[in-house]
Amino acid sequence: MVARVGRRGLLGGAAALSTGLWFPRGGRAATAMDFDEARHLLSRITFGATPAEIGALEGQDYAVSVDRLLASIRQSALTPAPDWLNEGPAELRRRQQAAQAESKTGIDGKKLDVVRPVEQQGRELRNWWVEEMLATDRPFTERMVLFWHNHFTSSFLKVRYAPALFRQNALFRREAVGNFATLLREVARDPGMLIYLDGMRNVARQPNENFARELLELFTLGEGHYGEADIKAAARAFTGWSIDRETGHFVNREQAHDGGRKTFLGQTGNFGGDEIIGILLKHPRTAETIVEKLWREFVSLTPDRGAIGSLAASFRRDYEIRPLMRAILLSAGFRDPASRGALIKSPIDLIVGSVRLLGLPVPEKTQLVRMLQGLGQVPFDPPNVKGWAGGESWISTYTLLLRQQFMRRMVEATTVAPMESGMTMADRPNRRADRKQQLAASESMQMAEPRPVEGRSLRNAGGEARLGPTLSGLGSPLLLRTLLARPPINAIDPSLSPGGVVALAMLDTAYQLK
Amino acid sequence: MSRILLLVELRGGNDGLNTLVPYADARYRELRPRLAVARDHVLQLDERVGLNHKLEPLMEAWKAGDLAIVQGVGYPYPNRSHFRSIEIWDTASASNQTLSEGWIAQAFRGTTFAKGAGVDSIVIDTNALPSTGPELRTIVMQDAEAFLRQAQGIKSPAGMSDNGNPALRHLLAVRQEINAAAQGLSDRLRAAPAPAESYGQDLFFGRQLDLATRVLTAKVPVVAIKTALGGFDTHANQAPVHERLLAFLATSLATLRRNLIVANLWSDVVVMTYSEFGRRAKQNASAGTDHGAAAPVLVMGGSVKGGLHGAYPSLSDLQDGDLRHVVDFRSVFATVAQGCWGLSRDFGLRQPQRLGFLG
Repeated sequence: MVARVGRRGLLGGAAALSTGLWFPRGGRAATAMDFDEARHLLSRITFGATPAEIGALEGQDYAVSVDRLLASIRQSALTPAPDWLNEGPAELRRRQQAAQAESKTGIDGKKLDVVRPVEQQGRELRNWWVEEMLATDRPFTERMVLFWHNHFTSSFLKVRYAPALFRQNALFRREAVGNFATLLREVARDPGMLIYLDGMRNVARQPNENFARELLELFTLGEGHYGEADIKAAARAFTGWSIDRETGHFVNREQAHDGGRKTFLGQTGNFGGDEIIGILLKHPRTAETIVEKLWREFVSLTPDRGAIGSLAASFRRDYEIRPLMRAILLSAGFRDPASRGALIKSPIDLIVGSVRLLGLPVPEKTQLVRMLQGLGQVPFDPPNVKGWAGGESWISTYTLLLRQQFMRRMVEATTVAPMESGMTMADRPNRRADRKQQLAASESMQMAEPRPVEGRSLRNAGGEARLGPTLSGLGSPLLLRTLLARPPINAIDPSLSPGGVVALAMLDTAYQLK
Repeated sequence: MSRILLLVELRGGNDGLNTLVPYADARYRELRPRLAVARDHVLQLDERVGLNHKLEPLMEAWKAGDLAIVQGVGYPYPNRSHFRSIEIWDTASASNQTLSEGWIAQAFRGTTFAKGAGVDSIVIDTNALPSTGPELRTIVMQDAEAFLRQAQGIKSPAGMSDNGNPALRHLLAVRQEINAAAQGLSDRLRAAPAPAESYGQDLFFGRQLDLATRVLTAKVPVVAIKTALGGFDTHANQAPVHERLLAFLATSLATLRRNLIVANLWSDVVVMTYSEFGRRAKQNASAGTDHGAAAPVLVMGGSVKGGLHGAYPSLSDLQDGDLRHVVDFRSVFATVAQGCWGLSRDFGLRQPQRLGFLG
């Protein structure tokens, strides 16, 4: 029997489950969430919410839950920082040159590969963040950090100094839902940004306009709200902001600063960088730019002019991000059931989310980074200063095919031998305590490389398929409601085994939506 | 008459002044004391301008009369934002106008052509804007074999509905494109031979041209193929980076030319480079150059009328430090639309300039 699973038909099935994960139904406040709304909230602000995570919110008061999520920011990462964090650029350059000098010529006349410290640190940096996204118990933090990374972009390909990008990531973490004015002022002094947009080369004798242009075009006002003369004036105002070559930290070189008069957006004075930022923060476009972008990221690709205008007006008063995020998540636009499944998952949503949801062990993050690269979203490597365009541009004929292929690979990898030999992922609620266990598990995994067991994959293992603890013991209807934001495009037979249902759901086009 | 356009986007803003060098103009060296290409590193094309010596591999095409260089291409009120300016080029819009449809798609608006292989335009790159539009079926791919293998997994179910959800509508439309294209492409591409001469693999552009060559030799009936070479945004220490890119570009295009001559296809293809803008005439303090305006466009092919077209912008009459354009890029597009596809288009210009590089 093949039947398209309807939304209403699922409710009874969910209530009948006795997994112990669900809260009692009685005594709910009027604003209590049902399973689908809880799923919607988590799918937009976390990665790959599990039935347990959704169940924990079901029946809870919506506004109270939002407040709790907004208060759950982890200001410093769970994953230990790489050990090169305090290496200065000068020292790193010396090591890089030494490595290059050591590289030998092979018998074919080509230079043999050597480990170059700059690239090595870059790899470790990307892996570090992907690991944090997988390991964190506060995925909302990572979503916000990713948002700021995509707003104030810096690319490792240009910066080539991982410690600065690590510290920039720490800044986004600290101000994830903090204050935008603070964030903007700090970003302007951020060494990663000073390298990425050539601020460190911006000197009175010959100003470099790169940072000033993107500050106006992308970080605050947006195209059409300033002129070329404003860019030149702003570039002069920021002259002298640079980095110390030994420590890699911010330094203000007074002798390189142009202290002369500038006219910027109609105001004249002997402006420095902070005065320029002050003027930009007073401009109504700045708040609108941020709110428009948050709306597109968290709510819908279709801007609601009225809602955005009033959110921006409040935001501009103090630039506090937390109340803004609260207002967005409580907005009618966000809560409208028609918004469910109306956004396309980013590659990070898709890959990180699926790994979390399946509870897949991932000893080696490089492989995930490679998947993200194919799909067009490598952390610390945005395609250009505008960041990832997102939305519909995530899906082209090329990336849609690749997404399907990666999902197939994950589905095949879900019942690999190591899992059958009793290795399990940590339960979600105690992730922190279980991290050690997880690490130990990953070490053993590296020796026994996970390889699909023929005939035993999630898709075709039938009743024997073993789902990870995140999904095990649940019936097909609830699995579908967890995995998909809307009914599947290709009907899924609910009488299939749970493993088969999960496999088909992940390969369905609707799985690309959130 | 129908020719296939092979677009090469030079991403980041290619420095036109160090590509086609006005070596005889003393102002050039004054503006660029550190960056000017030394006179003995210029391949002189006439008594005023010459190519950067890293473009030497293109001289074969130049001598054969297959290489046209359109000088001073740009547009009025130049925008110096990468994103905005490439959008202006890709959609053939005016500086103050925002269009969403690509210029190739616009050219084919209202035309009907034989729906053969299920695909009209192949983009071997991430930016598909020039051929984005309802009139063209565009496929974005990076590897033909992978594309065909993966497409087998996507089957079209009957009666799909998007329920008014625009994200889902987009997903379903992309699925349809894949299905249609895969049906038309698979047999042809499988039968396509490897290029006679292989391409350099240092940069991804080499692999793009390899696939482009296979599409062409397989006679897939497309109107356009797009590729891109990135890295031209040379704000600092420009010379080594820029020279490496020019050398790779020239070597790859020379290989392409020889491959297509061997395949007897060189007269059926028009290769055109373009970039969002040229760079500031004056060098900056970091031995690089900032975003500028007008720059040359290279056009190659067996049916191209080689030589210099347009005119070199004056170095003593700059506009905000940038070269003033002499040829509007939309005139170049109009010439290509006529010469490649026999379509008379003005791309919003009241009177497109007649450029003689394509008969």
